Amino acid sequence: MAAVSVCRPQCGGFSFENCKRNTLLEANVAKLGCSLPPARKTGTTICGVVYKDGVVLGADTRATEGMVVADKNCSKIHYISPNIYCCGAGTAADTEMTTQLISSNLELHSLSTNRLPRVATANRMLKQMLFRYQGYIGAALVLGGVDCNGPHLYSIYPHGSTDKLPYVTMGSGSLAAMAVFEDRFKPNMEEEEAKQLVRDAIAAGIFNDLGSGSNIDLCVITKGKVDYLRPHDEANKKGVRLEEHVGAAETGDYKYKHGTTGVLTKQVTTLQLEVMDESVQTMDTS
Amino acid sequence: WAPLSSSPHTNSTTIMAVEFDGGVVIGADSRTTTGAYIANRVTDKLTPIHDRIFCCRSGSAADTQAIADAVSYQLGFHSIELDEPPLVQTAANLFKQMCYRYREELMAGIIVAGWDKRRGGQVYTVPMGGMLVRQPVSVGGSGSSYIYGFIDSKYKSGMTKEECLRFTADALALAMERDGSSGGVVRLAAITESGLERSVILGNQLPTFFSA
Repeated sequence: MAAVSVCRPQCGGFSFENCKRNTLLEANVAKLGCSLPPARKTGTTICGVVYKDGVVLGADTRATEGMVVADKNCSKIHYISPNIYCCGAGTAADTEMTTQLISSNLELHSLSTNRLPRVATANRMLKQMLFRYQGYIGAALVLGGVDCNGPHLYSIYPHGSTDKLPYVTMGSGSLAAMAVFEDRFKPNMEEEEAKQLVRDAIAAGIFNDLGSGSNIDLCVITKGKVDYLRPHDEANKKGVRLEEHVGAAETGDYKYKHGTTGVLTKQVTTLQLEVMDESVQTMDTS
Repeated sequence: WAPLSSSPHTNSTTIMAVEFDGGVVIGADSRTTTGAYIANRVTDKLTPIHDRIFCCRSGSAADTQAIADAVSYQLGFHSIELDEPPLVQTAANLFKQMCYRYREELMAGIIVAGWDKRRGGQVYTVPMGGMLVRQPVSVGGSGSSYIYGFIDSKYKSGMTKEECLRFTADALALAMERDGSSGGVVRLAAITESGLERSVILGNQLPTFFSA
């Protein structure tokens, strides 16, 4: 079978043509002095821990667009299946869509096999998809759950590599959270101890990393039960503004009362207006 | 400072494999880095491809994990078709085919080692670029540069399994001492006809040498 052209072999897979175009566009726009709108990232501190009866996942709740907080209370712990949840760091849209896609496929798979899905299956699906996109899908995930083989915890990187570990952290605040874990993690902890550890790790991220903030969400997964604690800890409650008028305290009324500024003189001039044209346009109310 | 997901997640590494009469000994460090942050300090870089065939992974973590998964699948399928355990040379060729075809896109340096009935213990190295060559002893990864001299001077053919294990542990310890991208624990495995023996040497139990 003779091939007409040898240089372009048939290739499947994802086409990265648009990525080249995008970098060209970015360079051209920079020359004009403006910039493309930044993708909303979840800055983030996310972490997970395996304890005696299951896994505890934790996340902060700040979503940033560049240096501005876009969402003060976003939810970063995503549902994958009744026994598996996934925290997402990186580009918010990517983590949201990726986890939803895999959740959907996993439900179909579960119906087909007539079994509760396994964490390793979700891990395989996620890593194979992210590898296919060669890191262009910016989703860094902490996947945790309990299945027939016990509790499992995986960290999944945007390029598609995964690590199976007893404790993991991801996101911009991961170093702060990992410091807490490396100090206090012990295997086979009790539930309260594990929850406190995860809460403290996320708090370390919230208070020491600019990309993380607001509240702490927790998700405790055990065999047959999931506790989705949102919020588990409102670490950054919005303060109450001080006001002289008790009534205006909550509303934050910035109007000055009448008479604050003294009136010296008053002059009223009426405007002379003539009717130029008068027409009636009926509205069709049928 | 935060680990950027734009920095690739790499197993910049030291990996090693040695043939002996009756099997192979393989070893690796346990460090995976994202830039200057150690993302996993207890990585297992010795990945089973089949019952008696392992691969040691170095380079991009994502690339090598994906390649190893693909080759495991292909080899498992091939083995069922054959109705007998696969040859180490077959596994090595599968790695080579994938690494050579996608050589521009991949960053993977792999050592394939195992035991089969036809040729006993074998070590094949598939470095970046996709070459395939069988060697009695092979090292790979960023830390390998520091131990070529040690390997060349200390290796002798006809070593026993225990001698090979000691040799591998010493070489890896030396590399981990000098290479910043290698460290953690030493993972060893000995593959023979009768099976597999895995062991771990923790940081404080590593062989010590003169340090300036």
